[in-house]
Amino acid sequence: MSKNNGSSLAYRIISIVILLVLAFLFLFPLYWIVTGSLKTQQAINSATPDWWPKEFTLRNYETLFSKRTAPLFQLGSLTGPTVPGAIRWLINTVFMAVMAMLLTCVTAAMAGYSLAKKRFTGRYLLFSLIVAAMALPKQVILIPLIREMSSLGLYDNIWAVILPTVGWPFGVFLMKQFSEGIPGEMLEAARIDGASELKTFTTVVYPMIKPGVGALAIFTFINSWNDYFLQLIMLTSSNKLTISLGIATMQAENSTDYGLIMAGASLAAIPIILVFLVFQKYFTKGITMGAVKG
Amino acid sequence: MYKTMSPRLRRRENISGYMFLLPSLIFFLGFVVYPMIMCIWTSFTDANMDINTPTSFIGFANYKELWQDPVFLKGLRNTIIIVVVSVPVVCIFSLWVASAIYKMKEGPLSFFRIVFYLPVVTGSVAVTVVWKWMYNNYTGIFNYLLKNGGIIDKNINWLGDPKYALACIILILLTTSVGQPIVLYVSALSNVDHSLVEAAEVDGATNTQAFWRIKWPQIMPTTLYILIITTINSFQCFALIQLLTSGGPNYATETIMYYIYYTAFKLSRFGYGNAMGVILAIFIAILSAVQFRLAKEK
Repeated sequence: MSKNNGSSLAYRIISIVILLVLAFLFLFPLYWIVTGSLKTQQAINSATPDWWPKEFTLRNYETLFSKRTAPLFQLGSLTGPTVPGAIRWLINTVFMAVMAMLLTCVTAAMAGYSLAKKRFTGRYLLFSLIVAAMALPKQVILIPLIREMSSLGLYDNIWAVILPTVGWPFGVFLMKQFSEGIPGEMLEAARIDGASELKTFTTVVYPMIKPGVGALAIFTFINSWNDYFLQLIMLTSSNKLTISLGIATMQAENSTDYGLIMAGASLAAIPIILVFLVFQKYFTKGITMGAVKG
Repeated sequence: MYKTMSPRLRRRENISGYMFLLPSLIFFLGFVVYPMIMCIWTSFTDANMDINTPTSFIGFANYKELWQDPVFLKGLRNTIIIVVVSVPVVCIFSLWVASAIYKMKEGPLSFFRIVFYLPVVTGSVAVTVVWKWMYNNYTGIFNYLLKNGGIIDKNINWLGDPKYALACIILILLTTSVGQPIVLYVSALSNVDHSLVEAAEVDGATNTQAFWRIKWPQIMPTTLYILIITTINSFQCFALIQLLTSGGPNYATETIMYYIYYTAFKLSRFGYGNAMGVILAIFIAILSAVQFRLAKEK
């Protein structure tokens, strides 16, 4: 220990300096999005960048919100009040991510428990199928999915984005890992007490896998929010877009108005970053659990 | 345990097992397995995007055509370049960052973990549009910094120049790929058996020796997992291409994934696109198997 103390201290200082520089570089694009959204058109178009906005303006956000309008919601013949298109996109995105999250958590928690603890015929086969599917590139199935959704009449419908997200077996895999830890004696005891299968699941199993469900929930929410490719191929009409898709469309139409595009990018990124920051402990846990024995 | 169960209990286990599995199974079979089968099946047909057009079976014609399609070959070449560059860089970079931060206190550790993960959370669209601006010929900061630093004397059209476009894409891809590997390595390194490391230090092993002889073998499963997910991610590079270059200039940034999308959407050649999908899946499967084999041997 003693002999390399000197060099190890120097090494630690150097590595901390490098880490801080890297952290700065990784944070910079985000900083540039947010400050860019608050800069004037003139500052944006100048060849000499303002590292900090000399003059703050909300004009980019005004343009963003006045560019398109859409009804707040449409339920059958019921139509909500007219709001800026970007707000509607945000609502679509939240709806999509929440639905994908709820359905994934419920189905995956049940399936993971079943695969970990139930002794039914064919479970090894099913589990192998799930693992094999996970090793394949998800995007390969997207093109066939378009035709499947068209024949189901779900093309250009937010459910065409939600359903495949729920089907992706990562959640089942993750929940199986968490359910392995449930002691068999507790399930045995519940059965001897005459508890029904469903009751055993809600009162014995669920409390034990709750941290896992939390991790899966946040993981699914963020991934669904950011799954641009799936959203791109499934949604086309202006009222049905998600926020990422809406910004991408705007970018294609006004490719040089960077102030406006940065305002859109802030609107897409900031909510999901806040969600991530609040729940990041669960998130980290989900990533690591999914990899154990993976 | 299964054999010791009474027949009645065994039946109950079978029924309840499937009942719990059923909801998830419906989604999995319907929206993952079925499209996979469709993908393979239609790759042998001349199907287009319109479900109402009749299709006919054409055997391996799509696959044969692929190897004569210059755009596909260019896409394959670029995809391989992306994978070959990004996989080792991501692994080495994240291992270095993880080993520099894993012994830190909870606060700074979380800070670094979050910072390196942020580009992933920010989302591909927001990340891509800001990079597009930074790469811009006239208003981008790259040209500004390099010109003021005296490194270049003329503005470079980064994304419009076939010499630089692919490298620019890879750079963005790298910043959005290291988040998860760092989290995984931090957790793997903190689970390394420290009594072994200490024993080695007592015996006079240097830090480098202790790392390669003791820690490295123990984090091997994590390395393997990271290799595989990074390979899959790099193969699937799509959003960056679609939003920045559409495969241009002159196919310099064409990737297989983007060409699949283009073939299906713009050319409406469903069967042909799916044949590419099958090839892509086979490539990934082979690479994963090779990586798995190599890691097992060590």
